[in-house]
Amino acid sequence: MPEETYEHHPYDVVVIGAGGAGLRAAVEASDAGAKTAIICRSLLGKAHTVMAEGGIAAALGNLWPEDNWKVHFRDTMRGGKLLNNWRMAELHAKESPDRVLELEQWGALFDRTPAGKISQRDFGGHRYARLAHVGDRTGLEMIRTLQQRAVALGIDVFMELTVTDLLKDGERIAGVLAYWRESGKFVVFESPAVVLATGGIGKSWKVTSNSWECTGDGHALALRAGAALLNMEFVQFHPTGMVWPLSVRGLLVTESVRGDGGVLRNSEGKRFMFDYIPEFFKAETADSVEEADRWYDDKSNNRRPPELLPRDEVARSINSEIKAGRGSPHGGVFLDIASRRSPEFIKRRLPSMYHQFKELADVDITKEPMEIGPTCHYVMGGVEVDADTQVSRVPGLYAAGEVAGGMHGANRLGGNSLSDLLVFGRRAGEFAASYVKSLGAGRPKISEADLKRAVGEALAPLQSGKAEENPYALHQELQETMQDLVGIIRVEAEIQEAIGRIAALQARATRVSVDGGRRYNPGWHLSLDLRNMLLVSQAVAIAALERQESRGAHTRDDFPMTDPYWGTQNIVLELKAAPDGGAPTLTKRRQELPKAPPELAELLEGEH
Amino acid sequence: MSYDLTLNIWRGDANGGDFAEYVVPAEEGQVVLDAVHRAQATMANDLAVRWNCKAGKCGSCSAEINGRPRLMCMTRLSSLPQGEPVTITPLRTFPIIRDLVTDVSFNYERAKQVPAFTPTAEQPQAPFTMHQVDVQRSQEFRKCIECWLCQNVCHVIRDHEENKEHYAGPRFFIRYAELDMHPNDALDRKEFVQDVQGLGYCNITKCCTEVCPESIKITDNAIIALKERVVDAKYDPVVRFFRRRRPRSASSE
Ligand code: SF4
Ligand code: SF4
Ligand code: FES
Repeated sequence: MPEETYEHHPYDVVVIGAGGAGLRAAVEASDAGAKTAIICRSLLGKAHTVMAEGGIAAALGNLWPEDNWKVHFRDTMRGGKLLNNWRMAELHAKESPDRVLELEQWGALFDRTPAGKISQRDFGGHRYARLAHVGDRTGLEMIRTLQQRAVALGIDVFMELTVTDLLKDGERIAGVLAYWRESGKFVVFESPAVVLATGGIGKSWKVTSNSWECTGDGHALALRAGAALLNMEFVQFHPTGMVWPLSVRGLLVTESVRGDGGVLRNSEGKRFMFDYIPEFFKAETADSVEEADRWYDDKSNNRRPPELLPRDEVARSINSEIKAGRGSPHGGVFLDIASRRSPEFIKRRLPSMYHQFKELADVDITKEPMEIGPTCHYVMGGVEVDADTQVSRVPGLYAAGEVAGGMHGANRLGGNSLSDLLVFGRRAGEFAASYVKSLGAGRPKISEADLKRAVGEALAPLQSGKAEENPYALHQELQETMQDLVGIIRVEAEIQEAIGRIAALQARATRVSVDGGRRYNPGWHLSLDLRNMLLVSQAVAIAALERQESRGAHTRDDFPMTDPYWGTQNIVLELKAAPDGGAPTLTKRRQELPKAPPELAELLEGEH
Repeated sequence: MSYDLTLNIWRGDANGGDFAEYVVPAEEGQVVLDAVHRAQATMANDLAVRWNCKAGKCGSCSAEINGRPRLMCMTRLSSLPQGEPVTITPLRTFPIIRDLVTDVSFNYERAKQVPAFTPTAEQPQAPFTMHQVDVQRSQEFRKCIECWLCQNVCHVIRDHEENKEHYAGPRFFIRYAELDMHPNDALDRKEFVQDVQGLGYCNITKCCTEVCPESIKITDNAIIALKERVVDAKYDPVVRFFRRRRPRSASSE
């Protein structure tokens, strides 16, 4: 084999991922004077952020002057079952209004109030109408705005380039190894600061709203580089994914349908959510249909409809209805807006949903109810970072957005993701740039040996030649394992079984081989993604086994109650070298959750 | 309910290629991308195809299906002639990389040339006061998912490689229209879009509008409007001056 040659690029800051968090980080780093590169493995503007529908949560107070950061903070913490990193939740609530206005400054066109301000919509778990939005395509607006801003600033974008490894010099980040999807050639970035903004992990489940890119690359890269993951057991199942036809099973149906008046019904036509209001939210949830319906226009004197409970509650309730035999023909329940709002209203507020059901399911949502069911949507767990700076344990390694952990606790509220991307993307970019400045001339260096090893590993699937294992088949088995055994309801024996199956898949994954060469070869690409998906799935399973309680998105059938002890514990995962010098193994440990200072803790108590 | 579906997929690279036939099991409700994925997973692991969302939202999976430019993830198998093979070829206007993947960098280069949104002196700093009726027109154009299907069908560049140098294409005409109609944008890009971005080459055949998966009225609402504004601006500097000064929100309540 001829000696590999690499393209070399020196940068101050390399951002991996070009969704909301990555683009915002890059804009900030570049503004701070750092020579910045964005690496994205698709074309620019295609990242998963584009699929976000509902809106960006920010206490702008445009419709409800009573709203402010304190209420948003409280809603976020309570939605996360108080397991959130309080400091992140505080920064998020305080800074998201400015981040939204910044998008407007850069050309975003949000829907307007009658007074010409940014309009805000209702969403689950938010006390006031809080989500800045553009119809039901807010993610597209956000990504275009940021993409256009990044392009206007002249930031270098490397499209269709996939990162395989982070490279270090001692403890510190030294750079990144990546390959061009088009040519299969390797590229080395010499860069003392790297921002992970790689998004989620949903592609390890069979029914998911996530795109192919959500393979947990950033989570796996961080682990392998020596950073820790936090609370990986918290995987959010969005209550409303399409269930039929099979081809689109899992595809997201925005929460805005409920925010704009849609309700859930079972096969008997009953609004069943009134039967599932948990103690924790009783005081703030309507207990009659009349009160619930009045709330849309009068929030001061009425409580929120139970359809707008946080997502974990709604998803579990739907699951119970289906299990009790009151589901819809294709194994979901009904989401009905047709009987509650006019066709004009629906088409204006939910144009993509109208289009999506019409085109893909032959359903006219202005005339009939939709069939929906839970779909794997978001991981609250992620890289453990410092709340203010987003730096991980590894000097030079930053993480922002879905790949970072802590902000959302045990369950994320709808709308808090897009704001998270902006708030912490900006912070990661700022602090990555200032870290690089502080280094002066003493920059870390990439070692040739590390590089050779990383390249060898990446090329392995192309070289075994025997086609022993098909990466697509392994991927499918992994998806079935996670779906069936580490899904929305969990139990010890099943998680144990999943851990066994994942280990077996990991062994088989070393024998994956693919046809074809290095030029734009999806079989090869999947083989490399697979190793990340397996590692991250293992992390989820280990954490799920460890947390012996039910809280937020993590529901254990064998531990159905929330346990105050676990309310003080984070579960931390690291890759540790085996004592016998063998391959590093994932190890878990419990770690005390930081306590909110009294003035913030006070906000969390009592009624409003 | 599964049945056998024959796919004829163009495979090859810049040096040439040919159709390969795959017979895959297909099911009710599936889209073309499902069938392509099936072929890829079971018969052609290295079949190159772009996609991300499989929901018509990212604009990655554009191809020509039975000769018509479309999104593979939004084309139901049931909408195609039943019992006949489905032929899939890459976008013709852009150079082939491999199989169904083309080099669309032309578009990203054009994007770099767009002079960015620039707030007016009256409202330099967000929050801007802007009314729904005034943002609505630009919002239509911001639905664009950058699938490049309109760029692919526009005859100005589809059959004339030499025009690419002088021509931004329909996707960017809607971008210029969007900025021109933004209630709080101060820049005048009319001459630039006419003289440098080649608006004059467009002869309003409307092929772009026909293929747009977002149903954006590219020609009627963007290109024709833009052409009229260019004419106004060129021949009537007074109109141009007053248009810029006119407060936008006065009429909108
Ligand atoms: S209307 Fe103009 S831009 Fe559209 S396809 Fe025809 S020539 Fe091209
Ligand atoms: S205008 Fe329509 S056809 Fe053209 S790129 Fe945008 S979405 Fe695609
Ligand atoms: S895959 Fe996103 S539009 Fe088809």
